[in-house]
Amino acid sequence: MDLLNISSTMLYSAFILYLIATLFFGATIRQEKSERRKKTKAGTIGITLTIIGFIAQLVYLITRWIASGHAPVSNMFEFMTFLGMCMVLGFIILYFYYKLTFLGLFALPISMIVIAYASMFPTEISPLVPSLQSHWLYIHVTTVALGQGILFVSFAAGIMYLIRQIDQTVRNKRNIWLEAIIYTMFLFVGFIVITSVFNLMDYNATFEGQQGNEIAEYHLPAIAGPMGGTLVTEDVMEPWFETPSWMQGVDAGRKFNSVIWSFFAGSILYGIVRLVTRKRIGAKLQPLLKSVKPDLLDEIMYRSVTIGFPIFTLGGLIFASIWAQIAWGRFWGWDPKEVWALVTWLFYAAFLHLRLSRGWHGEKSAWLAVAGFGIIMFNLIVVNLVLAGLHSYA
Amino acid sequence: MNKIKCECGHINPEGTVLCEACGKPIEGNQHIDGNEKHKLLNMRYDGTARRSQTYNKSIIDRIWSFFSSVKVGVWLIVLALVASMIGTILPQQIYIPEDAVSRDPAIFYEDRYGIFGLIYYQLGFHNLYSSWWYMILIALIGISLVICSLDRFVPLYKALKRQNAKRHETFLNRQRLYSETEEVSAQDIETVQKNLKKARYNVRNDNGHILAEKGRFSRWGPYVNHIGLIIILLAAILRLTPIMYTDEYIWVREGERTVIPGTEGDYYIENKDFIMETHNENDERFQQAIQEEGVVPSNFQTDIVIYKAKDAEVPGAAPELQPILEDSIQMNKPAKFDKYTLYQSGYQVNEFHNMSFYIHETDDEDETALGSFTIDLTDPESEYELDNGFRIVIDQYYPDYYLDDNGTPASETDYPRNPAFVMMVYPPDSDSAEISFLGIGRNIDATGENQYKLGIEDFEMRDVSGLTLRVDYTLTYFVIGAAIFMIGVIQGMYWQHRRIWIHPKGNGLLLAAHTNKNWFGISKDIEKSIENTSIKMVEDQQELD
Ligand code: HEM
Repeated sequence: MDLLNISSTMLYSAFILYLIATLFFGATIRQEKSERRKKTKAGTIGITLTIIGFIAQLVYLITRWIASGHAPVSNMFEFMTFLGMCMVLGFIILYFYYKLTFLGLFALPISMIVIAYASMFPTEISPLVPSLQSHWLYIHVTTVALGQGILFVSFAAGIMYLIRQIDQTVRNKRNIWLEAIIYTMFLFVGFIVITSVFNLMDYNATFEGQQGNEIAEYHLPAIAGPMGGTLVTEDVMEPWFETPSWMQGVDAGRKFNSVIWSFFAGSILYGIVRLVTRKRIGAKLQPLLKSVKPDLLDEIMYRSVTIGFPIFTLGGLIFASIWAQIAWGRFWGWDPKEVWALVTWLFYAAFLHLRLSRGWHGEKSAWLAVAGFGIIMFNLIVVNLVLAGLHSYA
Repeated sequence: MNKIKCECGHINPEGTVLCEACGKPIEGNQHIDGNEKHKLLNMRYDGTARRSQTYNKSIIDRIWSFFSSVKVGVWLIVLALVASMIGTILPQQIYIPEDAVSRDPAIFYEDRYGIFGLIYYQLGFHNLYSSWWYMILIALIGISLVICSLDRFVPLYKALKRQNAKRHETFLNRQRLYSETEEVSAQDIETVQKNLKKARYNVRNDNGHILAEKGRFSRWGPYVNHIGLIIILLAAILRLTPIMYTDEYIWVREGERTVIPGTEGDYYIENKDFIMETHNENDERFQQAIQEEGVVPSNFQTDIVIYKAKDAEVPGAAPELQPILEDSIQMNKPAKFDKYTLYQSGYQVNEFHNMSFYIHETDDEDETALGSFTIDLTDPESEYELDNGFRIVIDQYYPDYYLDDNGTPASETDYPRNPAFVMMVYPPDSDSAEISFLGIGRNIDATGENQYKLGIEDFEMRDVSGLTLRVDYTLTYFVIGAAIFMIGVIQGMYWQHRRIWIHPKGNGLLLAAHTNKNWFGISKDIEKSIENTSIKMVEDQQELD
């Protein structure tokens, strides 16, 4: 078997292991309150499987590194996968501080969504352009991702806090917001499901521009066609409308089309779950967390920010500047990607300062922790795919 | 000043919330730290008197209070955050893409983004990060940082230095972690102290009143990191001055030797070769990606020689040049000499170097050359005289020819990327000229009656390297600032200041604890220390609100 095969098998195995680990963490729900702080079999198995999964993913990383000759953190697939791995690592680290098995029940599935989302992007090894050929590429990227992985744990704890604490008896602004966050996660799952389905079918629709040149290749049926393109593939769905012209950039049409599909698929999935549960999903999940002490969640949420913030600063601002200085001769250039790293940093700085005052612990903190990770994901997805500057991926 | 004497005998400065010595809440000052409505004491600054909370009369006091408020600080941070986000909605002026109709922002934004783009441009958001108001915002954060740090550091330092092991009862029972034990043996108290010492607490015992403390230095973390930030902001101001920072861009053609701008004529550069390489399409690792995405460059490189100019003996004569450095500049591998750094930043492949033309009779099928001449495209002469008596006058030269919106010929840039000429051909001994238009793939006879025709015989091309020259004396300060910042955050985040108090009462004792973060950790410390004693575990009295 060649290295690349080993590599992708390992990634796949890691994913399955995380899935099984989640089930074991789920089994700890039945635990009595009195046993909560004690070690349990299910919890131990869960964390062991998580670690084995993490090691499998490490093997994926190393074999891919050897096969490609550079650290596999240079395109959207590789970086997102790596981030997913760091999120798992962040969880493992905080698990060992707090031994809270429920954290796994939330942190692992979200990490899995990120990893699955990553593999929807082209997975072939791409060669490095000259500006990326530097050791600082992996020094910078790995530190940033590690910082973000740890900050992610505060998001997971924050979500758990909100699910645990927000009043679900009557519909109110807070539980609607919480539901909106959960719905957003469904959109990602929707994207993954629909993309996988059409990938399995090998779906392809090619568009040509006025000069008969190929301008876009869709792997999902085109609802929004590319600007000024004509469909040339036969026997596939005609686009319903054209992507509006103010959407600029490479492949704007294809990306916009994927977004539409994600909304379709995600909403249907969400609708099905709602029909089955007949409750807001937040309300459905709430009883699961009854036995977790909210101030422990609050502490995990804050602690992971205090651990992650320095690492993120080091990777996302300091190492990034050093590299930019070597590559371009300017350590800071107000490139959108850089600005969003600064925004993330300022946001968490504000979070830390707010924690110094009364009244910002608990629920307000939890909202902030969720928003902070929202900014991180925005930087990865929207900035990369839409505002893309020098760091343009994929 | 109205000093306040506590019942323990200690004299506190005005504005103190908790007695510096025994921690007893001082009546009438509880509102300062918001303690009145809460059971728990606000321990943020140990209840010390801070200038900002104490004096509020003069303008200076008000300004001081304003900037030292964390609330104001957070607002400033949030404003900077939102402003920064706005700057990424559309590309900043320096990032206007190459394929834009015009790089003039007055045209570009409206052309590409319509009315929204126009407004964005008119509000000045296309240069947001160098706008006066953004700079002011950052400056205000700087001021706030200095003032808030001064406001708190000194009093906090004094309070922590002065604290007594013996604390007032109310001080203990209004801590978040607290327990009361009725009956304790001397033995148990010994054990706890021993355990705490083992856990590397600093234990002080004052007549049975015990203070165990650990990690106090982490309290200075925020002040250290703020100093780092201030240094970074100062460095950024320094960088605005030309003495500390130089930035020049030069194009150097292959084979050319030219003075380097920004070096005051001291240094010259020669471009020996520009190399651009691409990843091998047959490399099986990358085959698929290259097939899908197209060719990917793998290297941009300029082989250079740097010369130092020695003043010529005779004033006015060309300086004597001495080679001092031969190097290959690549992306991520700049060249350094003296105080300068040169970066590979751009390139232009296949710029025209020179072109040679020949002249023949229009109706000669064989196009037998009657004569030929060569034009150096970077430095064309105005007139060429041929051996056989022909005279060619260059009437117009378009180095980078294109037809503008009105259909008139123009040059897009000053670089010979697509040269075109209007030439006047004077046959031997004639005063009247025939006009020809010549360019790559164009040969137009304006009148259609020309007797003689020009043809392109040959041309030479060469590459041009774009290099950036930088001098940045501020880098050191940025590095120092960043290092101090990192030390500060690590100090404040990865260590915590933990304190445990024991207060004997009757046959028993009161136990209380405070930490600035990581309550879970300090609870575990206490749990371990009181193991096998009759002392009760502390309860968490936190009110999550
Ligand atoms: C971008 C700017 C800033 C950054 C990155 C920053 C960073 C930090 C960090 C990391 C801490 C430690 C927090 C903790 O230990 O939980 C801190 C504490 C603090 N910061 Fe800032 N800060 C910034 C601006 C400001 C400003 C403008 C103020 C002005 C009011 C301020 C006031 C404080 C105060 C009062 C503390 C607490 C000190 C203590 O606990 O003794 N900071 N800052």
